[in-house]
Amino acid sequence: MTGAFYPIDRRRHPPAFDDAYKSTVARAPQFPLLSLETPPAERMGPVFGHADLGERDNDLLRNFAAPGSDGPVGERVVLHGHVLDEDARPVPGTLVEIWQANAGGRYRHVNDGYLAPLDPAFGGCGRTLTDAQGYYAFRTVKPGAYPWRNGTDSWRPAHVHFSVFGSGFAQRLITQMYFEGDPLIPLCPIVRTIPDPEAVEQLVARLDMKAAQPFDALAYRFDIVLRGRRATPFENRPEGG
Amino acid sequence: MPYLPQTPSQTAGPYVHIGLAPRLAGLPAAAMDRDAPIAGPRCAGDRISVTGRILDAAGAPVRDAMIEVWQANAEGIFAHPDDPRRNELEPDFRGWGRMACDFETGEWGLQTVCPGAAPGGGAPHLSLWIVARGINTGLATRVYFPENTAANAADPVLDMVEPHRRPTLIAARDGAAGAGAYRFDIRLRGPGETVFLDL
Ligand SMILES: [Fe+3]
Repeated sequence: MTGAFYPIDRRRHPPAFDDAYKSTVARAPQFPLLSLETPPAERMGPVFGHADLGERDNDLLRNFAAPGSDGPVGERVVLHGHVLDEDARPVPGTLVEIWQANAGGRYRHVNDGYLAPLDPAFGGCGRTLTDAQGYYAFRTVKPGAYPWRNGTDSWRPAHVHFSVFGSGFAQRLITQMYFEGDPLIPLCPIVRTIPDPEAVEQLVARLDMKAAQPFDALAYRFDIVLRGRRATPFENRPEGG
Repeated sequence: MPYLPQTPSQTAGPYVHIGLAPRLAGLPAAAMDRDAPIAGPRCAGDRISVTGRILDAAGAPVRDAMIEVWQANAEGIFAHPDDPRRNELEPDFRGWGRMACDFETGEWGLQTVCPGAAPGGGAPHLSLWIVARGINTGLATRVYFPENTAANAADPVLDMVEPHRRPTLIAARDGAAGAGAYRFDIRLRGPGETVFLDL
């Protein structure tokens, strides 16, 4: 049995309640979370394989467009990086899922009524497995900014939602990736739920010209750090569970 | 070697379904569906269902949340390489599933086999993880079963919960829905607030 996870670093993550992000007001628990050394059950978690993936799942330029289509409108980008843990160890074979708005800032979702049009060639959903080095890559278009009902001038910066599993259920993470240089980042109430400006910087993907595909797509680099695990040289807990 | 700082969490937002339950968002792409059962038809054990709602501070149902579940099979074995009995597992037992709340009613539900106790793992339970708009960091909790009075009393996690809050982690038998049917409502905030775990 591998060890318990290092604690979630609550100084880097947003607190549950933040009245500037109004949706948290009725949905944030009031009681403190019950702190536990990760129990055996949540040290483990689901394992995914290539059989769970479709051929074009990591290529949002092609995974929704009709055959023969020119593909989606928008700035073509590669999003890539490594999934690591706090000890800088790669997290291999883990499922990374993304979703995003199209280049106009509209989501392909039954509940999104923003007036920007849907793009017939863009779904906005992708997934992939990290390789042995923890590396992942997607091709997509840069999403547009969009307004949302928080204040009357609340706009989301361009962002891609990321979901990562890690090697145990307690390592599960959902976050959002932003794009370097976007002036909406410091204005966004959701970004600002994160108290530490350095931690916000960790969500801003950097332009990465070395990974750009010549005459095709720009690239942005986004590394993701999950909780590390304690070593268990003297573990005397019963096996299993 | 310095430690790397953890990547901060951000809310999954109201459109989480596009990425994690695409069919519900209205996406047709078949390759993107994630409907594999938690426990397929060849799995041993009692079949159970758990349904419920997620309620906010005003008691209103949260209709845009997504829940994941992780559990052991009927023998208490997890579908993970660290479980020493993994090779005894049924091939169609995954132990993981994903449910979204209904956009109209807020109801969610799952069908699976009743988990068994894992050695050293306490009382049988389902582990849940909840994300939604307005939830900045995914919330972890557990579902225990009301029949297991003795095992629940000895469970190391329940033991750390103040007695008056323990019932928030125990499912209720749903007599009207038949044998093996349970209800488990989750209260995010306010009276009867569910116990959430920092695992
Ligand atoms: Fe979004």
